[in-house]
Amino acid sequence: MSGGTSKFQSNNGLVNWVEHRLPIFSFMDAQLNQYPTPKNLNYFWNFGSLAGIILVIMIVSGIALAMSYTPHTEFAFSSVERIMRDVNSGWLIRYLHVNGASMFFIVVYIHMFRGLYYGSYKAPREILWMIGIFILLAMMATAFMGYVLPWGQMSFWGATVITNLFSALPIIGEPIVKLLWGGFVVENATLNRFFALHYLLPFVIVGLIFMHLWALHMHHSNNPTGVEIKDEKQDTIPFHPYYTIKDLYGLGLLLTFFAFFIFFAPNYFGHPDNYIMADPLVTPAHIVPEWYFLPFYAILRAFTTDFFMYIPFAWLMSAKLAGVIAMFASILVLLALPWLDRSHIRSSNYRPAFRIFYWVFVIDCLVLGWVGGQAAEGILVTIGQWATFWYFFHLIIVVPVVGVLERPKALPNSIAASINGAPQAAE
Amino acid sequence: MQIIKTLTAIAITGTVIIGVSSTQAAVSGPKPESINWSFNGVFGTYDRASLQRGFQVFQNVCAGCHSLNLVAFRNLKALGYNENEVKAIAAEYEVQDGPNEDGDMFDRPATPADHWPAPFANSRAAAAMNGGAVPPDLSLITKARGSGGDSAIRVSMLQPSGFPLGADYVHGLLTGYLEEAPVGFDLPEGKYYNKYYPGHSIAMSSPLGEDAVEYNDGTKATTDQMSRDVTTFLVWASEPELEHRKQLGVKVILFLIVLTAMLYALKRRIWANVH
Amino acid sequence: MSDTAQNAGQSTGGNAEIDEQTRRDFLIWSTAAVGAAGTALAVWPFIDQMNPAADTLALASTEVDISKIMVGQSVTVIWRGKPVFVRHRSADEISEAEVVDLALLPDPQADGARVTKPEWLIMVGVCTHLGCIPLGQKQGEEKGEFGGWFCPCHGSHYDTSGRIRKGPAPSNLTVPTHRFVDDTTVLIG
Repeated sequence: MSGGTSKFQSNNGLVNWVEHRLPIFSFMDAQLNQYPTPKNLNYFWNFGSLAGIILVIMIVSGIALAMSYTPHTEFAFSSVERIMRDVNSGWLIRYLHVNGASMFFIVVYIHMFRGLYYGSYKAPREILWMIGIFILLAMMATAFMGYVLPWGQMSFWGATVITNLFSALPIIGEPIVKLLWGGFVVENATLNRFFALHYLLPFVIVGLIFMHLWALHMHHSNNPTGVEIKDEKQDTIPFHPYYTIKDLYGLGLLLTFFAFFIFFAPNYFGHPDNYIMADPLVTPAHIVPEWYFLPFYAILRAFTTDFFMYIPFAWLMSAKLAGVIAMFASILVLLALPWLDRSHIRSSNYRPAFRIFYWVFVIDCLVLGWVGGQAAEGILVTIGQWATFWYFFHLIIVVPVVGVLERPKALPNSIAASINGAPQAAE
Repeated sequence: MQIIKTLTAIAITGTVIIGVSSTQAAVSGPKPESINWSFNGVFGTYDRASLQRGFQVFQNVCAGCHSLNLVAFRNLKALGYNENEVKAIAAEYEVQDGPNEDGDMFDRPATPADHWPAPFANSRAAAAMNGGAVPPDLSLITKARGSGGDSAIRVSMLQPSGFPLGADYVHGLLTGYLEEAPVGFDLPEGKYYNKYYPGHSIAMSSPLGEDAVEYNDGTKATTDQMSRDVTTFLVWASEPELEHRKQLGVKVILFLIVLTAMLYALKRRIWANVH
Repeated sequence: MSDTAQNAGQSTGGNAEIDEQTRRDFLIWSTAAVGAAGTALAVWPFIDQMNPAADTLALASTEVDISKIMVGQSVTVIWRGKPVFVRHRSADEISEAEVVDLALLPDPQADGARVTKPEWLIMVGVCTHLGCIPLGQKQGEEKGEFGGWFCPCHGSHYDTSGRIRKGPAPSNLTVPTHRFVDDTTVLIG
């Protein structure tokens, strides 16, 4: 594993005894202490470590909740309320967990948008990026199942709508849905298995993060210039103490932001209907997923039957199936991004033409999110359809074409040069 | 450049938050009036006198049809009652216990450990008693109809524009009945017109007529007064931890601001030679 | 740790450098102390949530109405999930218990030390050997050789004060804290 060269030596007998059998100390010294990191990273590089810390917070609070939660339809809702009212500090742990999920997605989305802007997904970091997409998928599955556990109206009906989507698959659809449900509707069997899987998946995420960091340490972090490390002494600084303290500072900022929601607006990201116990016979006026799923929900709903009549080969699939495929495709297409992007320049700082499209893409994602939270009526449907179109158009057409046709600015010679303001070489 | 980047990040986060806040599907009907509740704001607390009056309203008016399943009699200590008063209040009610030695279920007076007994055996009985409509349990009503009992800082951009404050909605509903439906509105038989209820036709008749309750502390029981009191009580029922949560929140955030400032100073100190 | 940091301040006087170092060290230690304190305070709720919750604590005490228990009658109530024997002792049972020579007892304890009011014997009905529930509460049940309670699992005999007299149990039946709220009610726990 490439990292810092470890010149680790110790006078401590115990340390050496352990080191000889399991080189944990030299490993930590190389990967966390000496590890050379570009000296020009900005605060957008904090978000990876922040995501990791939030995961730890989620696991710890989740385990505490699991000690008092009952995954049975009769008792789930009241067990959560028991946590809120009777368990010591239960309300704090519950609000920590539910708002932590929102924090997790805020941090991870910013982390991803950083990657998109600075070309962090480009060679040789393709696998790093792809593992990241798998982490996102695992996070989304975890969050989806977690939201079902309180067994409120949105829990039940959100689960019903989303699991029903799989029935769109031809032939195997209906049997798959019954398999997922363990019954003929979302019911106790479903809730129980969602609890088991919700407990499991975060540890799968931990494993994926280990791989993510391993891949990262192979070629080290990207940086705002997109120019690779050329000379360790000039371009890098050791991770400790520079980035340990910077990450701690970033953590302080995050925790302050997080604490505001936990203590003063704990239900801000939620939906009131989930404080009503699930009733299979009463459908809520508007079924909405949690905010972090809204862009994907908008893409799913963009494929209406009317709209679909204008697509050739419409008879091959239903609008519902097209929506499902588009929804998953919107994430899976990101896997292809390292190859879709034909530019030789990583960082959008030096790609003025692409930069404009980048911000349009960001706004497009926000529009998709907004559309996803509204009722699917009138002009909102059209807006959603255009926003969906642009999402895919950006990734599949704009990214490669602009990458080939643009005239980028001259790159700095090196990271050190970019800081010192040395004259820049021609590209 | 750094500043621009940071500001952009904040701007985006802000946009997301505002965007999120307006993504929630709106409750139909006019927005209820915004009340300056004692429990609002960063330093919000419950008005104990109002809580006790509200509890009186709940006991005498609401409890006939609505359950309060998640509240236990022992929780009433938070309203300012002592141990003996709570025992006495509990003993006024009967709960089912058993089976006894003969295998039968029996009724006994409630103890503080018991939860509030429902006025009906199950939801079907409730519907039968109320013309087909089930009176909802009120333990979480203010969190189930809006953004709970608090929006910490009354900055309008941070309040979910789609959801009213739960307390504002409940108070609005209780005071929002009209004698007659407006001209042109088709009000079904057996329903009543309410300004704030989604769809306007509600199965519950106006519950808080003038002087419906004679307050123990002598306060005049106008509809508005009773509504404010019972709403305060219901916010407490939904969020008994509110005061503790906000007090702890102030301490935690102050601590974090100090710690973050120290971390920033240390970061600048350590990075001094690199910049 | 601070080999690169040492390069900071290639200043003129050694004094300025030492001052700089002291100030930075102080900042490090004070920040670490504040951070550690915060972490400890943050960890506590996660440990405390494992303590008994409010609804469990509400059942930590049980009030028992003793007005209907006749002399010579025993009643079993549940307290903290365990059976508790409440016995209205007769005068004979009381005097029997009081005259026993403490030296004969495997677990010496005077009867007076086990009751608040001598006619009311209140004990946790769990055998101190391995946890079975002794017989002797109901009419016609085996009471053992000492007229009190008998545990059928391994043959422990308890007397009219609930003290172990014969058999493998090591100690007397536990007396829970209790007090008489009034003449007709006793609060256990």
